[in-house]
Amino acid sequence: MSELLHRKLERSAIGLVLAIIAAASVGGIVEIAPLFTIDGTVEEAPDMRVYTPLELAGRNIYIREGCYACHSQMIRTLRDEVERYGPYSLAVESQYDRPMLWGSKRTGPDLARVGGKYSDFWHVAHLSNPRDVVPESNMPAYAWLARTPLRMEDLPRHLEAQRALGVPYTEEMIENAARDAYGQAMPDGDFATGVSERYGEATQVRAFDGVTTQVTEMDALVAYLQILGRLTVAAYQDTAAPEKAPDPAN
Amino acid sequence: MIGQLTSGERQSAVVILLIVAMVGLSMAALGRTDPLGVHGVIVMLFSGGLLYVVLSSFYAPAPTEEREASYYDDPIKIGIVLSMGWAVFGMLMGVWVASQLAWPDLAFDAAWSSFGRLRPTHTTGVIFGFGGNALIATSFHVVQRTSRARLAGQLSPWFVLFGFNLFCILAVTGYFMGITQSKEYAEPEWYADLWLVVVWVTYFILYIRTIARRKEPHIYVANWYFMAFILVVAILHIVNNLTLPVSWGHAKSYTVWPGVQDAMVQWWYGHNAVAFFLTAGFLGMLYYYLPVRAQRPIFSYRLSILSFWGITFFYMWAGSHHLHYTALPHWVQTLGMTFSVMLLVPSWASAGNALLTLNGAWHKVRDDATLRFMMVAAVFYGLSTFEGSFMAIRPVNSLSHYTDWTVGHVHAGALGWVALITFGSFYTLVPALWKREAMYSARLIEVHFWLALAGTLIYVFAMWNSGIIQGLMWRTYTEEGTLAYSFVDSLVAMYPYYIARAFGGLLFLIGAVVCCYNIWMTVRAKPVTSSRSGDVPVVSVASVAGE
Ligand code: HEC
Ligand code: HEM
Ligand code: HEM
Repeated sequence: MSELLHRKLERSAIGLVLAIIAAASVGGIVEIAPLFTIDGTVEEAPDMRVYTPLELAGRNIYIREGCYACHSQMIRTLRDEVERYGPYSLAVESQYDRPMLWGSKRTGPDLARVGGKYSDFWHVAHLSNPRDVVPESNMPAYAWLARTPLRMEDLPRHLEAQRALGVPYTEEMIENAARDAYGQAMPDGDFATGVSERYGEATQVRAFDGVTTQVTEMDALVAYLQILGRLTVAAYQDTAAPEKAPDPAN
Repeated sequence: MIGQLTSGERQSAVVILLIVAMVGLSMAALGRTDPLGVHGVIVMLFSGGLLYVVLSSFYAPAPTEEREASYYDDPIKIGIVLSMGWAVFGMLMGVWVASQLAWPDLAFDAAWSSFGRLRPTHTTGVIFGFGGNALIATSFHVVQRTSRARLAGQLSPWFVLFGFNLFCILAVTGYFMGITQSKEYAEPEWYADLWLVVVWVTYFILYIRTIARRKEPHIYVANWYFMAFILVVAILHIVNNLTLPVSWGHAKSYTVWPGVQDAMVQWWYGHNAVAFFLTAGFLGMLYYYLPVRAQRPIFSYRLSILSFWGITFFYMWAGSHHLHYTALPHWVQTLGMTFSVMLLVPSWASAGNALLTLNGAWHKVRDDATLRFMMVAAVFYGLSTFEGSFMAIRPVNSLSHYTDWTVGHVHAGALGWVALITFGSFYTLVPALWKREAMYSARLIEVHFWLALAGTLIYVFAMWNSGIIQGLMWRTYTEEGTLAYSFVDSLVAMYPYYIARAFGGLLFLIGAVVCCYNIWMTVRAKPVTSSRSGDVPVVSVASVAGE
């Protein structure tokens, strides 16, 4: 019977096309649409802030260099992962991430909570040549990041695009994006104070690459690495280990 | 190439190429110093090159009326050549990337050659360059032969083929410059994605119109798979690549999907890119070239129906098995796991159908390396889908996820299934297309077969070992209840396997080069003079379908 039906279907190109589309659509619709409507898919985190322009630029360098090909940013709900990397990741922690960088391969360790684990100096040395710091490492060297000036003039447009998609950047943040990026990496300059005003006192303002003459891609990338896992403390409250929450000021 | 086009079609070709060049020019003007500007120049060069080809034979003699009564094989030939070119490029990148993991200084301290930028050139090169061109070429061949109709367009097959290759070139050159969305298998940026939509819609229209011309009442199984491949890839591509560019002058864009939803959309895409690019399309190849080569009808028509609809329906639910134990809600993970396990049934139905088709032809499998390629491909298809369903079970995935085990699974499928079925199909197709008696050298096919098999086995076993060791080291505790190994301890344990994998990959690559040589010599050989009825389907569709 069903075989006969199918014989009919096979005679009609359009019928086959429609049947394929119908069969193939169900799964995606059932699994994706509710993620936008079911409360609790993404937790609440009132203390969470957005990326500063410098951190966003660093994130884009992380994407450009394909760090995600070797590093995950998603600590799973497994005992050994929590002990190795910290509280498991919550959905809310990547609510402003477009795209998400959860990753699928750990050639290197998870970076979801690497912020604050090492000094800026360590990161700069490590990125310049990982084998100087960890002789067994097979991570590529990124020495040229410290020599490449950061492109900042178009950062307002980046923030604007993000806002159009729903990230809560204010008009003021957008207008000052380029200055804020500069200011965050130049602690002694005129623009430094604006960063703390707009993004909060706890925002780290310093010469991340150790050089105060120029804002480089190294500044941006290290600023991003140092904020990983520290945009909100929600994960620490959730996993009943609040005492381990990072002190945002250090 | 141009000889098959009328003068009107040649004019249209020139107009289309000029339009594409104009688009390139605007990209260059808008992008300026942004990498988008470089891509504008590449688009101009690409259309300029093709324009040169068209114009240089613009006044060549026009085709005769008989054109309509013959099959349109030129685009297929070029497609095979492009596919093999990409195969060598993509696998070379694979070997390089594999070597970098063993010897990290092989990046030579440059930006473009670091692991993160090269890795997508490998995946795109092999999946889209090698696999995509092979799919386009074979689908053009299969649809014509099984419908007994000429392609329903003179220019559009070229548009699809070259348009697709332009997409691949934009993708790969983009990675070298650091242009990427970071979404695995969907890395190219918004303008390349838009271009692919145009190409893909043309592909679909061409395909469906050719089927509409068929002289057979039924649409043959292989075409169902090719159609599912074309349709579903379009849906996946569009949904996953919805982005907002920073500006018209920026290559960079931000995806509309945030965080956890992005993860789900990406892996719904990612898994089904596997399903409909790396599986459905290649099953289309299997369902045509295997019975043709074995000279036997497909074992069971019912199994074909079962597996086709099973694959089309179940696969789309399975993507969330890439996100076990993550911040994705638990119910979605459970659905993904359940459907992944059920997926084994239609997958094995296909693999079994293929192997049972060979029943009674095992002596041919023994003697004919081409058929053996396809037989082993079906076995690896069965193996990797079994492995996939197993890895999709949550507790198993807790061990395998993030490790080289995934990479081992990927290449059991990619080398053992995708690449081997393609080589088998090409060895069947090339002599038929160029009207040669047989491939230039049967011995070289034999050499290629053993290189490919050895390479695949070395690769896959190395990664199974390293993956499982890695996963176990990460979760081993000492008696005091602390983690036994640091991350770096696990990394050190990987090095021997990374070296072995690079070696296995090198064997596989050498095999592909041997294949190129063999194809080249076949093309150069004299055509058979006897009036072999090459242009009438060798086996009539009905007998292949087992009706
Ligand atoms: C080839 C894979 C690979 C790539 C690509 C890669 N890394 Fe790594 N990374 C590793 C490995 C392996 C380690 C562990 C050994 C070490 O510390 O060097 C590591 C360690 C790290 C660490 C220290 C983590 C910790 O907790 O100790 C940081 C931070 C880091 N990488 C950042 C990056 C950034 C940023 C990029 C991109 C610019 C990057 N990595 C690209 C492989 C990679
Ligand atoms: C010459 C043979 C090949 C070699 C040496 C090779 C090597 C590699 C290496 C080193 C990686 C990166 C793994 C990692 O990040 O740890 C990789 C990834 C990948 N390769 Fe290959 N490869 C080869 C052939 C192929 C072919 C023919 C295909 C597809 C048809 C393929 C598809 C992929 C895919 C999809 C990935 C991504 C895997 C993932 O993200 O888990 N490869 N390959
Ligand atoms: C029944 C069929 C299959 C199932 C259920 C399945 C399941 C899986 C699972 C569970 C993973 C690991 C996800 C993770 O932990 O990150 C995976 C990864 C993968 N599989 Fe399969 N698989 C199947 C068939 C195939 C086939 C035939 C191929 C062909 C090449 C393939 C290619 C891949 C690729 C490329 C990845 C890596 C994705 C990434 O992380 O980048 N799979 N699959």
